[in-house]
Amino acid sequence: MNELLLGLADDELVLGWRESEWTGIAPMLEEDVAFSSIAQNEIGHARAVYQLLTDDADALAFDRRPEEYRCAPLVELRRLEWAPTIARRWLYELADQVRIEHLMRDEDSRVAGLAAKIDREEAYHRMHAEMWHARLAGEPRFEAAVAELWPYALGVLPEQQRPELAARANRPRDEVSQAVERGAHSDDLQALWEEMTSVRRSVPGAAW
Amino acid sequence: MTQEVFEVFRQERKGRPFEHAGSVVAPDADFAEAWAREQYGRRGESAALWLVPRDAIRDVEDWADEFDLKYRRVDGYSIKTRLKEARERAAARPR
Repeated sequence: MNELLLGLADDELVLGWRESEWTGIAPMLEEDVAFSSIAQNEIGHARAVYQLLTDDADALAFDRRPEEYRCAPLVELRRLEWAPTIARRWLYELADQVRIEHLMRDEDSRVAGLAAKIDREEAYHRMHAEMWHARLAGEPRFEAAVAELWPYALGVLPEQQRPELAARANRPRDEVSQAVERGAHSDDLQALWEEMTSVRRSVPGAAW
Repeated sequence: MTQEVFEVFRQERKGRPFEHAGSVVAPDADFAEAWAREQYGRRGESAALWLVPRDAIRDVEDWADEFDLKYRRVDGYSIKTRLKEARERAAARPR
């Protein structure tokens, strides 16, 4: 299985799940709707990528053990404040853009085509993230969150794509060695996995 | 964050009139756009949106009609008959 694509799909699934936790409790009603809608889009992207990889997307998404997921630790972290939530959203979109741009040039036309399709929707996510970044940049809590999450953001990308992310995030290139790598999982994934897979584990093969 | 009300007008299909859809409360026009996109467009229900700061709207709702000027109104003039006659004339005209 294509590890890069599986990582992408798992990132989108787990981040979509994580961000859905704000539904109903985001700081403003309008943002609640927007943020939930973006989270739902990310899960839609995950589904499309799983469908490229397998005939049974639900099985791939929900029937693995936590340690078998290929998501980056960035998307697993449970952060109950808005500043780190937005910092992650912004960093993730920057990293995801670098990754998607590479996939748009993939030699497999199905991969390139899907990447282009995802990119068209991500354009609005980036707009949303940039708008929040413009507003919160310079705020101490936001900057602290960006600094804390930066090594995690680097870990979203394969090594050769990290300098590009550093340039776009306006961070020094020599920090790329601090990346929190994909592969090991944070403790936060376990609880998310238990909730996310609870239906499939109680009723194997359940579809909804 | 100072907030402003933006009235949202929604066009269902290209060429159709914009109709008032609701409002969003946002700190600036960029936030208003991002939020309106999600609230009024995420299900593909809009071909276009107009966002108008509520303060930019001039309200007109008082009307004086003290002297019974109803002769200015078109009620009672049936255009239906005249339209029918005009169509018949057009059809009878040699081409």
